[in-house]
Amino acid sequence: MPYHSIVCIKQVPDTANVTAEAMKADGTVNRAALPAIFNPDDLRALEIALTVRDRHGGTVTALTMGPPMAAAALRECLYRGADRAILLTDRRAAASDTLATSYILSQAIKTIGNYDFVFCGRQAIDGDTAQVGPQCAEKLGIPQVTYLEQLVELRDRTARIRRNVGNGWELVEVRLPVLVTVLDTAAEPRPPAARRVMKYKRARVRAELEAAVKAESEAAAGGKPLPADQLDAEVERRAERLRCAGLMMEQWNLDDIRADLAWCGLSGSPTKVHRVQAIVLTKSGYTEIPATEEGVRRLIRELVVDHTLG
Amino acid sequence: MISVNRSGEVWVFAEQEDGSVHDVALELCGKARELADRLGVRMGVVLAGWNVRELSYRFIGHGADRVYLVEDRRLEHYQTQPYARTVCTLIEKHKPQIVLFGATALGRDLAPRCASQMRCGLTADCTDLDIADVPDPAAKTTHKSLLLQIRPAFGGNIIATIINPERWPQMATVREGVMPLREPNLQRKGEIVAEKVAFEEQDFAVRLIERHREPRKVNLKGARTIVAGGGGVGSKANFKLIHDLAGAIGGAVGASRAAVDGGFIDKAHQVGQTGTTVRPALYIACGISGAIQHRAGMEESAKIVAVNWDKEAPIFGVAHYGIVGDLNQVIPMMVKAIKERPKE
Repeated sequence: MPYHSIVCIKQVPDTANVTAEAMKADGTVNRAALPAIFNPDDLRALEIALTVRDRHGGTVTALTMGPPMAAAALRECLYRGADRAILLTDRRAAASDTLATSYILSQAIKTIGNYDFVFCGRQAIDGDTAQVGPQCAEKLGIPQVTYLEQLVELRDRTARIRRNVGNGWELVEVRLPVLVTVLDTAAEPRPPAARRVMKYKRARVRAELEAAVKAESEAAAGGKPLPADQLDAEVERRAERLRCAGLMMEQWNLDDIRADLAWCGLSGSPTKVHRVQAIVLTKSGYTEIPATEEGVRRLIRELVVDHTLG
Repeated sequence: MISVNRSGEVWVFAEQEDGSVHDVALELCGKARELADRLGVRMGVVLAGWNVRELSYRFIGHGADRVYLVEDRRLEHYQTQPYARTVCTLIEKHKPQIVLFGATALGRDLAPRCASQMRCGLTADCTDLDIADVPDPAAKTTHKSLLLQIRPAFGGNIIATIINPERWPQMATVREGVMPLREPNLQRKGEIVAEKVAFEEQDFAVRLIERHREPRKVNLKGARTIVAGGGGVGSKANFKLIHDLAGAIGGAVGASRAAVDGGFIDKAHQVGQTGTTVRPALYIACGISGAIQHRAGMEESAKIVAVNWDKEAPIFGVAHYGIVGDLNQVIPMMVKAIKERPKE
């Protein structure tokens, strides 16, 4: 029996590896200098979805919301075996908090329709909130199963899932459709398949074609861009060629998913950032203890005297 | 969502399992009591479960004026949807201004479902909470007495203060161990308000088949002293040094993510943003460079000793005592010095 999965993925700055090059002189992080990566938990969510399809048949649709550069993460999904990739990009979605994001994603999921599973990574490493998955489930009116460690059994549109709750585990049973959030320990993600990389490295969303055509025409005309109608015609010509080759990834905006703009972006976000403080690496100074028997003995004595050590 | 309601109570969700109260719920009661006093409102606790009435008195002892008690056989074990319906039903009825959850596996499953249903804001993993008036220049007004929700963000590289000015209740999850657990006052009086919630069949779509709980073997949160090793320890075999020092002091063994990823020790020992947040009386960091994610989980320790061969390692930025040297030589010296220490 085939199962249709939608996987929500996110391209994130690599906050886990803040290198010296990414630090500004004042000790704060230069976000632009961080490489954009595939959110690690989401890669596992994709793997679980692909495994379900490989065993039972069906489809895997990768969905992401973000700027046009997030198309790179969608190509990663195609390399690994996703059947369909959709970029939801719209300036009006900018500054969405988790509630607005989950509203937009749930509208996109409803637009895709006919799904058995929605898989999400447990959380994204840039925000670490783990909120968007459960919020999407609520908006879709379907049950949620968080912290999947193993999809134990899948039969007659009923899934048995082992969830890791930190201090133990639970085995739960749920009728589909269901939204599942996946832990990074759930599965080893498959590597990109070489043949699929060869094919899908040319896959594009429309915004990428537009940017490429614009850049090329400016370079050719010595900085003077072509008229808009000629640019559009060229974009359309390239899009048609990619479409014929099955390499045109879908690009949606908020109108395509019939989103109520009041619930999107800044106006749809009840939380506001009041203040942001960068963590600055301070050299406040510490007592340097020489790495000698005498030095160490003095340190221990000091810790005993101030009752830190009993 | 509910509208701004300045007389609304400050609430804590009472996380409990098998009749045992999670520490974070009591930690939150202490903070909620303080917030409620500053706002001049009552503090309430939402307690859901089966045969849990007597737990009410613990929450009253920790500062609750009212315990909203929902007892139903089907609430015996936590499930997202019936618990979310419980919390949301009570929010709609009593209109609290603040609702706090522990940032536990359970709290992080429940709170977003509730926030989505209430269409209100939710801030994850707060490390501090405060009350302040916040000017809104665009609307030429000042939001009186808002909850400031303070949390690390962007992989711990920034600290963000989040507010929910209009769409209430103001909801947040709060990390375990960051609010002090206060002594209960067993003489305190409070009220138990029994509530009924009308569940629907679909609330029970997820069926619990089997559950298994492991006793917490690693008690990092409660440890007075922690000896932690990082990637600089080099190997699983060499991690014995860390165990030796912890054994000599009578402390717990901690680890950085690099040590866990390197397979030197189990993830249960991990200190830091994705591990446990600790603040012991003494934290000895050996061979830990001090990535920001690690520091976020230990920098509030009362005394920090860092041992690292690299004098530029960021761990020295939060250390009170620093030993620049080879841990393979320094740790045995420390073990020896501890065994021979003068007794106070």
